[in-house]
Amino acid sequence: MAATGYRLLQALLLALFIGVTTFAMMRSLPGDMAWRIAAHRYGYDLVDADAVRLVQEELALGGPLLPALVQWLTDMVRLDFGTSLVSGESVIGEITHQLGASLQLAAVALALSLLLGPPLGILAGLKPGGWLDRGLLVLASGLRAMPQFLLGLLLILLVSVRLGWLPAAGHGSAGHFVLPALTLALGLAALSARIARDAMAAVAASPFYGFARQKGLSDAQVLWRHGLRNVSVPLVTCLGLQFVTLVEGVVVVESVFGWPGIGHGLVHAIFGRDVPMVQGTALVMGLTFVLLNALNDALQRRLDPRGTGR
Amino acid sequence: MTDRLSRTTGRRGSRRVGALLVLAVVLFAWLAPWLAPGDPYGQSLLKALGAPDAAAPFGYDHLGRSMIQRLAAALQLSLLIAGVAVVAAACLGVALGVLAAARGGWVDRALVLVSDSLLALPGLLLVLILSALIPPRPLAFGAGLTLVLWIEFFRLTRATCRSLLASPGVQASRLLGFGRLYLFRRHLWPEIAQLLLTTAAFGAATGVMTIAALGFVSVGMQAPTPELGLMMVELMPYWREAPLTLLQPVIAIFLTLLGLNLMAGGRQA
Repeated sequence: MAATGYRLLQALLLALFIGVTTFAMMRSLPGDMAWRIAAHRYGYDLVDADAVRLVQEELALGGPLLPALVQWLTDMVRLDFGTSLVSGESVIGEITHQLGASLQLAAVALALSLLLGPPLGILAGLKPGGWLDRGLLVLASGLRAMPQFLLGLLLILLVSVRLGWLPAAGHGSAGHFVLPALTLALGLAALSARIARDAMAAVAASPFYGFARQKGLSDAQVLWRHGLRNVSVPLVTCLGLQFVTLVEGVVVVESVFGWPGIGHGLVHAIFGRDVPMVQGTALVMGLTFVLLNALNDALQRRLDPRGTGR
Repeated sequence: MTDRLSRTTGRRGSRRVGALLVLAVVLFAWLAPWLAPGDPYGQSLLKALGAPDAAAPFGYDHLGRSMIQRLAAALQLSLLIAGVAVVAAACLGVALGVLAAARGGWVDRALVLVSDSLLALPGLLLVLILSALIPPRPLAFGAGLTLVLWIEFFRLTRATCRSLLASPGVQASRLLGFGRLYLFRRHLWPEIAQLLLTTAAFGAATGVMTIAALGFVSVGMQAPTPELGLMMVELMPYWREAPLTLLQPVIAIFLTLLGLNLMAGGRQA
């Protein structure tokens, strides 16, 4: 499969890019890195020269550039990301823990957006120019101008602070899912509703759709037999584009709602200059994204086997 | 027919509204400090969260700094970074796109592979990584955003130029012996230029949004710098006492993004 091979190559190049940039990051940390790391680990008051020397030996800081880079990259290929500079735990363990929480949130958000967006879009597309269509257009434009963190902030202020219905932040119960998932889902639904609307309007105006009605099928039958599959093809393409929004949204939304996922972890790692964690999270996020896109390619070929190709 | 006509005029109308909104925001950012002189960093704690007065028409923030000054400075910063990044990304993307389309072969394949791999990296992540590499934040954000935004320009330019270069018009020009520069100016540029405005407006919106989002999760601009996302975080604890003050950066970013999105018009996804 040429497409799969291409995705693999893409993943490889991505990993190389992340490896080299994080290596540069490790080398270019401002100030004496060993001091900073030791201070993060032991607390600023408890750092002494011995602790710093230990950190230096442990991480093999300094030394010639090229062998260190090769070592860094081979470690990465062996999926040996080392230990977090801050917590001292193994990076891979922390990431698998975080990834679970993130995937849960992303899946709920995606499901919610698919429940909201496409049905509304299809309804609007069946009657272009109707009140639902126009209302949806205004709503979608408003939502697109609203960054996710702002939407999250407004939801927190409105639903949890003002009304006190749901917890503002945290993780654990089902109630904690609602606000972060809704924040992500509204942004995604704004786009998928527009795509579904345009696709539905195009299909409904097509000759084969008119013919199906002409031969006496009911509205529901026409939609079911001739509408939905044709609408689903651009929707699946749009789903592929939405993974970007989803992965980026996860970083922001998790930070806003204190969700213990991979995006939250990434922001903390950047903040604390925890380079192994940055490397691990960036790699996992990038590779997840490539994997999702590969799955999306396959689904698209399944739905529309006409083989137009790109 | 009439439906399509009304739709295109409607789209052009909303584009004009968007351009006016962006113009208004830009005018505010650069004229406000001049109309109500002051210092975005100057504190006077006695006036903390104070109501608007003659010196500060938008009131004061939690440290008694003039809100109109801070808003204008924050907008200037965001718009400048986003603007510079968009221009740099457009130059880079168009140049590489034309190169890839004109040369074809392995140059084309390599460039597409690089752009696709970068595309697999969420933009926010790319900007974050660069901001950890390059200490001065505005520079890091500019470079990171350029690295994110050039891909869209590259893909569009490459796709447009590929079909154009195979067209009879270009072949005729080639046979007549016109040089590369002429081909670019006469055949490619007019088509590319049409795409640029839409892509640039979307790119600028992405830039403004990214800067604010990073500021909001406190890995963006650092504390005293006026920046929209950061201002929201700083003012959040006082939302009960001064809801209107918190609302100001919110409205500023909403209008900027709405204007840019409308200006870009209905892009086909």
